[in-house]
Amino acid sequence: MKKFMDLRGTCCPYNWVKVKLELEEVDNGDQLEVLLDDGEPIRNVPRSVTQEGHALLKVTPEGEHFRLLIEKRGEK
Amino acid sequence: MADIRFSEEQIRRYSRHILLQGVGGKGQRKLLGASVLLVGTGGLGSPAALYLAAAGVGKLGLVDFDVVDLSNLQRQVLHHTHDIGRLKVESATTAIHDINPDVQVVPHTVRLSSENALNLVAGYDIVLDGSDNFPTRYLVNDACVFKSKPNIHGSILLFHGMATTFLPGKGCYRCLYPVPPPPGTVPSCQEAGVLGVLPGIIGIIQATETIKLILGIGEVLSERLVFYDALTMEFKEVKYKRNPRCPVCGEEPSITRLIDYEEFCGLR
Repeated sequence: MKKFMDLRGTCCPYNWVKVKLELEEVDNGDQLEVLLDDGEPIRNVPRSVTQEGHALLKVTPEGEHFRLLIEKRGEK
Repeated sequence: MADIRFSEEQIRRYSRHILLQGVGGKGQRKLLGASVLLVGTGGLGSPAALYLAAAGVGKLGLVDFDVVDLSNLQRQVLHHTHDIGRLKVESATTAIHDINPDVQVVPHTVRLSSENALNLVAGYDIVLDGSDNFPTRYLVNDACVFKSKPNIHGSILLFHGMATTFLPGKGCYRCLYPVPPPPGTVPSCQEAGVLGVLPGIIGIIQATETIKLILGIGEVLSERLVFYDALTMEFKEVKYKRNPRCPVCGEEPSITRLIDYEEFCGLR
């Protein structure tokens, strides 16, 4: 199952807070696709994702923003 | 509770909790679903209530029959100058809602007694003892033992204070002090004075313990007493164990119902 979150326009740290809340809800191995702004968001969110032990499968630049593919790992 | 989505406002309000590893949305939901009975909204209860409210503890019961007095304002930070003469539970409710309207406040405008203590304690997950007198302290203790509720204890005098967390089955106030001191041997804050910031430190230790207990993180002050001296800024820790001969939580308890100590202590 893959969920999608458009977090363009959501600033730090609330973009990561929302991703974190979503990751708490899904099962290990589930994927989450996230659209993020350039700048602070793309610098911070991927780092938080990996720091909490989740897998960052793909980061794709799309013009002014980035598409992240995250896989939930760790405790549920 | 687990299925309830956070509102945008809650995501913002609680973001610094949600960000914490070991807390997260799950922990914040535990806080929102928890209930705490604060006995006393004075020096200890004030800072504790403010932080528990800010943290988003869902339900706070307040036990206090007193009204706000000018002499309270030196330390009882829930209450303000314009509250003088108001019931403390009323001014406390206003202050709590000003900080966090998410919190349900249940005012209990009563003096804790053998008549009401068990029912009051039974309605909450955790009891935070911010009382300022021995009769109430022993009632809180015994009611928590009888109802198997965690009792987050704090007490203060002059320049020093202490705090501990009595978990059910892990000792109680009577394990340390089996009976109240004889009337007149221990002065009250009213007689001896108290440094205004002191209850801030101890009350916030109590709030911290409460929050850790709700979240199930860290190590609470169970079987440990922390003593704090404001003058030397020293914390000392003393370990204790449940006393098997404790009159209320021991193997063969001699106390099996609540006692009103008023007349013995000569405090009132």
